[in-house]
Amino acid sequence: MNPWIVEHLWLVPAVPLAAAFLILGFARKRPSAAAALAIIGQLVTLVLAVIAFLPTLQEPGWRAFHNFTWFTFGDQAVRIGWVLDPLTAAMLVMITFVGLWIFVFSKGYMSGDKDFSRFFAYLSFFSAAMLGVVIANSLLLLFVCWELVGLASYLLIGFWIHKPSAAAAAKKAFITTRIGDLGFFLGIFWLYGSSGTLLFYDAGKGCLEAAGLLAIGSSATFIALLIFSGAVGKSGQFPLHVWLPDAMEGPTPVSALIHAATMVAAGVFLVARVYPLFSLGAVDGVTPSLTVVVWIGVITALMASLIAIAQADIKRILAYSTVSQLGLMMVSLGVGGVAAGIMHLLAHGFFKALLFLGSGSVIHGCHHEQDIRKMGGLRKIMPVTFVTYAIGMMALSGVPLFFAGAWTKEEILHATAHWPKSHLPHYLMLAGVVLTALYMTRQMIYVFFGNRRGNIDFQSVRPAGFQPAEPNAAENISAGRTGQSPMFRHESVQESAPVMTRPLIVLAICVIGLSAILTPAWPWLHSYLSGESTHFDLGKLIQPMLFVSLALVAAGIGLGVLVYRRAGATDPLQQILPALFRFLENKMWLDELYDKTVVALSRTAALVSDWMDRYIWDGLVRAFAGIGRLFGSFSAGFDERGINAGVDESVIGTRGLGRVMSKLHSGQIQTYLGAVAVGVLVLLLFYAWLA
Amino acid sequence: MTPTLQLCLIVSAALFSIGLLAALSRRHAIFILIGIEMMLAAANLNFIAFWRFGPDPQNPTGVMVAIFSIAIAAAEAAVGLALVIAVYRHYRTTNVQRLDQLKG
Repeated sequence: MNPWIVEHLWLVPAVPLAAAFLILGFARKRPSAAAALAIIGQLVTLVLAVIAFLPTLQEPGWRAFHNFTWFTFGDQAVRIGWVLDPLTAAMLVMITFVGLWIFVFSKGYMSGDKDFSRFFAYLSFFSAAMLGVVIANSLLLLFVCWELVGLASYLLIGFWIHKPSAAAAAKKAFITTRIGDLGFFLGIFWLYGSSGTLLFYDAGKGCLEAAGLLAIGSSATFIALLIFSGAVGKSGQFPLHVWLPDAMEGPTPVSALIHAATMVAAGVFLVARVYPLFSLGAVDGVTPSLTVVVWIGVITALMASLIAIAQADIKRILAYSTVSQLGLMMVSLGVGGVAAGIMHLLAHGFFKALLFLGSGSVIHGCHHEQDIRKMGGLRKIMPVTFVTYAIGMMALSGVPLFFAGAWTKEEILHATAHWPKSHLPHYLMLAGVVLTALYMTRQMIYVFFGNRRGNIDFQSVRPAGFQPAEPNAAENISAGRTGQSPMFRHESVQESAPVMTRPLIVLAICVIGLSAILTPAWPWLHSYLSGESTHFDLGKLIQPMLFVSLALVAAGIGLGVLVYRRAGATDPLQQILPALFRFLENKMWLDELYDKTVVALSRTAALVSDWMDRYIWDGLVRAFAGIGRLFGSFSAGFDERGINAGVDESVIGTRGLGRVMSKLHSGQIQTYLGAVAVGVLVLLLFYAWLA
Repeated sequence: MTPTLQLCLIVSAALFSIGLLAALSRRHAIFILIGIEMMLAAANLNFIAFWRFGPDPQNPTGVMVAIFSIAIAAAEAAVGLALVIAVYRHYRTTNVQRLDQLKG
């Protein structure tokens, strides 16, 4: 009765996984074959995702699952499975579609890299892991894929292993997310302990269904918060967001994949997936765990958009914008707007992929220069990139009516406005909208408008620890041709090849086209996700919130234009408020704070453990060894002096006796005869005496 | 002087003592053999004496034993002399004090 695809949903992650292994196995030395394998794999997955998408259209809230026993130990059967519902289906289509274009873009961006094949293998693996997270119907299976996503991100962020900064960023991403995963893991144990199952949906017995939720009862708050800690790590929420900007060390397509389709989406997806746990026992739509989610999201969103204003690296700005958008999604989930949050996640997947690929195109065109202060005037040189980037920027900023991001953002603002607990998140989110428009305008102006500033030395104003992605590449190109200071030559900047611009165009069209199913007039995606039926009502198109957000975005962009119009070598904000700028430029010194607290603490703990190991535990072991040795020497002495000596003495005695006896045996037969005679005589005398 | 049992026994004891003395004191193996023969003769003399002065002197039992013993002594002397010759051939001496290979 279920469609064929439900039982075979495992094929969706299996295809890219197989592609990854095929590339590693057979196409290490054949870059074009590797790219073809990866892209075909992604294409097949996209087809499968669409096949999976179709049955979910049948009726609102349609859901099917397929469970089986993975293994049994004792009387406990560990069961896993996959689920197909609107959430899964929409995520599958978004991931595979966006992923496909990122793959195509990578073919151009990574051309000439010596590890081209390895890159595509990792990309496919990354995609497979994320698809596994999405289809999982068991928290265990989800966790396994979740960790595979972490592994893939580690491999890809540290893809340029020869760069120490990339290796450090990969390590940081892996360890930071692992901190969150620890809480997640504990949450899984707790959940299993209280409900006895890790399956989400199991014909009424799953942990997200009535019976399971009844069994969990009051511990749901703690379980939800523990699971949320995993989402905090993966989705780069405060205070575990620090890895996400550093993850920019990876190649740009990786950043696009991480920030748009895969890794960071996993956290938001997780919260949405186990949303019944969060909302269990809600009064008026408010629970303690959801309140935590809201405030974490608010802090993250505001903090990240403030930091983004003062960053100079084109990718870092986008990274912080991702952090802030993820915060926004969390807020939306927290206030009860699950559908709105997921819609924003989907829309964000499209326009953030577009922006990252656009920035990749810019970086590629500028010979791996990432400092926006050295760009400028690229509008005329890279027209396709400029137009698509502008579409992405407007979608991110929330320019109303035609861009996907605007509708979803508005939806979130609606949801926050109706949160009964406090109106503060709503106003803070409105401020966030202004800030988002501001920093995106700043980036646009710096990169695409004005005059080129490629020949200014920014060494002095670079934040500590900032390095261009590939100093050697930039150096070789400029020093080899002009012999001047290591800067890219603006004359050689050019538009990227069609293999890179075409994905941009496709994604830009999608960003605009997607808005058709997001409008309040025909909120198809919203009702699809929340399982309601849709009505077309043009009257709802214009809402009061539309004007509010229009005003806010206009204010943000206007302020941006006003401030950054004449932006030169020095950032205008730096001139007006140097202290604030420094504070933001250095990411609020959170990295330094962690360095001084968490890292220092764990280093101290490590040193203390080392000392304890060396002197206390080792000492104990040595003391026991000493006692053993003492016993040993005692028993050795006893052996030597007691037993050995006894044996020796008896031997000596025997030998002495033998010597004495042997003296008697003189060999003189006459002596023997004499002795016999004497003996007989003595016997005779004895008899005589007896008689 | 008429022979009596005591007289015979005294002669026999004297003869045995002389033989023993010879066997103990002489160094030459043949003389030791001669001493042993003398002790045997003393024993034979005792057989005869106890028979002659015993309760039944008519039956010649004592003579029979004595003759039997003398025959055995002859055989023993032959073996003993053969041994002496063998020892002499091997060691080029018959001095029993130097034949001490059984010394412990």
